[in-house]
Amino acid sequence: MEPAMNRLLLRLVLFCAALACLAGPARAALDPALLAGFHGDFSSRVSAIEALGVAGGDDARRVLAALEEGNLGVAGERVLIVDGDAVRDAATGEAADVAAADVDLITVNNRVRRALSAAHAALSLLDGERGERLAAAQNLSENASETLLPLFERALAAEKDDAVRGVLTRAMAKVNLGAANPAKRLQAAEALGESSDPAVKNMLAALLQKNGDAWAEPDVAVRSAAEASIAAIDRRVATAQHVGTVFSGLSLGSILLLAALGLAITYGVMGIINMAHGELLMVGAYATFMVQTLFRGYLPGWLDWYVVAAIPVAFFAAALVGVAMERLVLRHLYGRPLESLLATWGLSLVLIQAMRVIVGPQNVELANPSWMSGGIELAAGVVLPWNRIVIIGFAVFVLALIWLTMQKTRLGMFVRAVTQNRPMAGCVGVPTARVDTLAFAIGAGIAGLGGLALSQIANVGPAMGQGYIVDSFMVVVLGGVGQLAGAVWAALGLGIVSKFLEGWAGAVIAKILVLVFIIVFIQKRPQGIFALKGRFADS
Amino acid sequence: MQTRRNFIKALALSASIAAIGAPLGAHAADTIKVGILHSLSGTMAISETALKNVALMTIEEINASGGVMGKKLEPVVVDPASNWPLFAEKARQLISQDKVAAVFGCWTSVSRKSVNPVFKELNGLLFYPVQYEGEELEKNVFYTGAAPNQQAIPAVEYLMSAEGGGAKRFVLLGTDYVYPRTTNKILRAFLKSKGVADADIMEDYTPFGHSDYQTIIANIKKFASEGKKTAVVSTINGDSNVPFYKELGNAGLKATDVPVVAFSVGEEELRGVDTKPLVGHLAAWNYFMTVKNPQNDAFIKKYKDWAKKNGVPNADTVVTNDPMEATYVGIHMWKQAVEKAKSTDTDKVIAALGGQTFKAPSGFTLTMDKTNHHLHKPVYIGEVRADGQFDVVWKTKEPIRAQPWSPFIAGNEGKQGL
Repeated sequence: MEPAMNRLLLRLVLFCAALACLAGPARAALDPALLAGFHGDFSSRVSAIEALGVAGGDDARRVLAALEEGNLGVAGERVLIVDGDAVRDAATGEAADVAAADVDLITVNNRVRRALSAAHAALSLLDGERGERLAAAQNLSENASETLLPLFERALAAEKDDAVRGVLTRAMAKVNLGAANPAKRLQAAEALGESSDPAVKNMLAALLQKNGDAWAEPDVAVRSAAEASIAAIDRRVATAQHVGTVFSGLSLGSILLLAALGLAITYGVMGIINMAHGELLMVGAYATFMVQTLFRGYLPGWLDWYVVAAIPVAFFAAALVGVAMERLVLRHLYGRPLESLLATWGLSLVLIQAMRVIVGPQNVELANPSWMSGGIELAAGVVLPWNRIVIIGFAVFVLALIWLTMQKTRLGMFVRAVTQNRPMAGCVGVPTARVDTLAFAIGAGIAGLGGLALSQIANVGPAMGQGYIVDSFMVVVLGGVGQLAGAVWAALGLGIVSKFLEGWAGAVIAKILVLVFIIVFIQKRPQGIFALKGRFADS
Repeated sequence: MQTRRNFIKALALSASIAAIGAPLGAHAADTIKVGILHSLSGTMAISETALKNVALMTIEEINASGGVMGKKLEPVVVDPASNWPLFAEKARQLISQDKVAAVFGCWTSVSRKSVNPVFKELNGLLFYPVQYEGEELEKNVFYTGAAPNQQAIPAVEYLMSAEGGGAKRFVLLGTDYVYPRTTNKILRAFLKSKGVADADIMEDYTPFGHSDYQTIIANIKKFASEGKKTAVVSTINGDSNVPFYKELGNAGLKATDVPVVAFSVGEEELRGVDTKPLVGHLAAWNYFMTVKNPQNDAFIKKYKDWAKKNGVPNADTVVTNDPMEATYVGIHMWKQAVEKAKSTDTDKVIAALGGQTFKAPSGFTLTMDKTNHHLHKPVYIGEVRADGQFDVVWKTKEPIRAQPWSPFIAGNEGKQGL
């Protein structure tokens, strides 16, 4: 850590102590000399932040907040805060007669940002909300040093929350690892066993280094405590990482599943080789984009919920395209798989080109709603992003929807009847032609939902479907044609296997290995993981 | 939607004009044809479409001020669709069929490598506007983007400095093709020369169009937590950048902890991303839209006006970036060289190009090197702002001469000129 930062933190500690004694006396305006540093380069800006931290008070906080948001600027000799069109003097907080356009806003770089966040953390460790205190403790713990010990002790004495207490205790332990008293070091080495941060492991491992004949840590008890703690951290980190990899695999699997489910119905159940399946995904993604555009234009306040509103739109848009495809082309090609393969491939080109002409060849931008941004931290270094969690949930929802439709509705029963024995179903009065159209529409609609999910994590462009068609067929063939359950297992299996391979061999090799695996698998077991059994097996 | 439709109409119109170029060329003697070879579809369209726009704008500007040697320029736009062999085919068509005097185009190095033999064989003239890996010097190509010593090396030096965070460990992350592989080879050698051990360098590649960055981000986090201050050097190209930065933001990897410096991400690429979680991540270029000087103000205004007039989608939010500036400079330098040579003959223009100067929007007067076909360029390092623009946090005082043959690759000592 830079000495400048240590100095800053020391002063902040002193300031916090002072603040606690004098319960906030009424303050006059800031001394303009404090702000002089903002006229200079990055180093003098960092010193100005230090100085403001020492001065403290609401005025200083206001200036620091403005700097963080990029609203602090200079004009001539003055330091000003810009608030929309209004300009206020930074020192006094009073309105200044300077046009907002004339203010030269101050650039913040990462070094200044680090200083700012340290200042913030020190200020909010004692009196923030729980979340703020936790974040502040984590922030300070990363650069824990001797000067921060008194602040940690004070915070620990006042702290009731267990999570914050844990972070503070470990932060103190990190500092105490270098203490002169062996008892303190032992206690610290033991306390750090609770950590799940690999950086802490490195600190402990440094104790076990041998310098010639002398150990870095002279005390045997401390060394063995450190060894035990390292093992504990290793276990925790390894578990967290495995959970992280499995989660990535599940996430990739759920995406593969959403992309392939529609195909599992049209190809798996109805036996149509639909090369335009990827383009049905694309239609769903573009429908989502249209909904987003409409929300931006007419319901900006509800923009966060455009994804939910897009669910029926994406479904019906893709289903409509599916119905048109079935009525106009596929209907005439039933029972001729080769021709329908070529015809659907042609259709896919038509759809791609149509989208290029209607919307344009460039990718379109889809923003994650705010409730799908960010993630939850499982352990140090393992974050589960919200958009992926939501998509896994969405995959389960779509799966349940299909299962209910196929098993519990009259239409589902008809579809199953027609696919099992078309002439017999016709004989007992099932309108087979209409059932074909409807089943294809459902498959296409599900693909539309897949497109909606893809739009939240991947690029949306006219040719996006091309990237998923191979994966979708892979899932359906691997799972076993005609089996929804097979598709589920195949998608999840492929997802998790790819992620483990990727962690081990990199993205490029992983892709190759997965393809090789599937080729070998299909050679050995052409019917897929789940084969149809009984008297329909050969039909 | 209306503007989109207009854009399509404009595209269709320009395409049809290009198609009936020959009949219009009844006054063939009065026009000079120039080719524009940029992907308008596929994975690179995100970056290259804007270059086509700025080239058309520059040609319009030159025509409005009297053309070249009294003749109007006539652009011929083709779409190689992010398909590398198609680049070569389209280049051949431009030179031998349309008889263009010069071609402005390509973005990825793999597309440049695929057209190089065509330009050599037919003795054409290519202006390549994007930063690249060096290790190449073609008689028929002028490079108006940066060589590694004008972008990659200064950026890594900045990351290692106290101001840039004092990084000691590096993740070299790229798309799997010639530019990232070569750049990372140079960077690895450079880092070694600065005393960075092999164990402190992690190199990883993804295919073009890769969209699942979960594992890579998790690996970066793991690598960064294993000790010293870590920084990521990204040579990811094309639309993969959108999912990469989305994942980066969602995974909570902040610039204050692990800064990412990108060599192929500019203002245009960030338009498709929510930049609030990315504040503080870096990019190294020779130009940023936020650079303040009269040439740049005029350049930005010209482009915005052109975009509005021509119905470019989202014309009110268009941005300018480094390769756009390089395209603009390249076309102007070609014009100056043609006027000096008093001919559009390839060899005469090549001879006249060395030593040309142009007052560029980057705020410096750029010079075309007399021998090595590269521009002398200033280097800027910028940090992403919440609005998707960059704050310049470091820059060189003077333009730097390019070293297309990096001194960090063995065997390059003797090859600095043609």
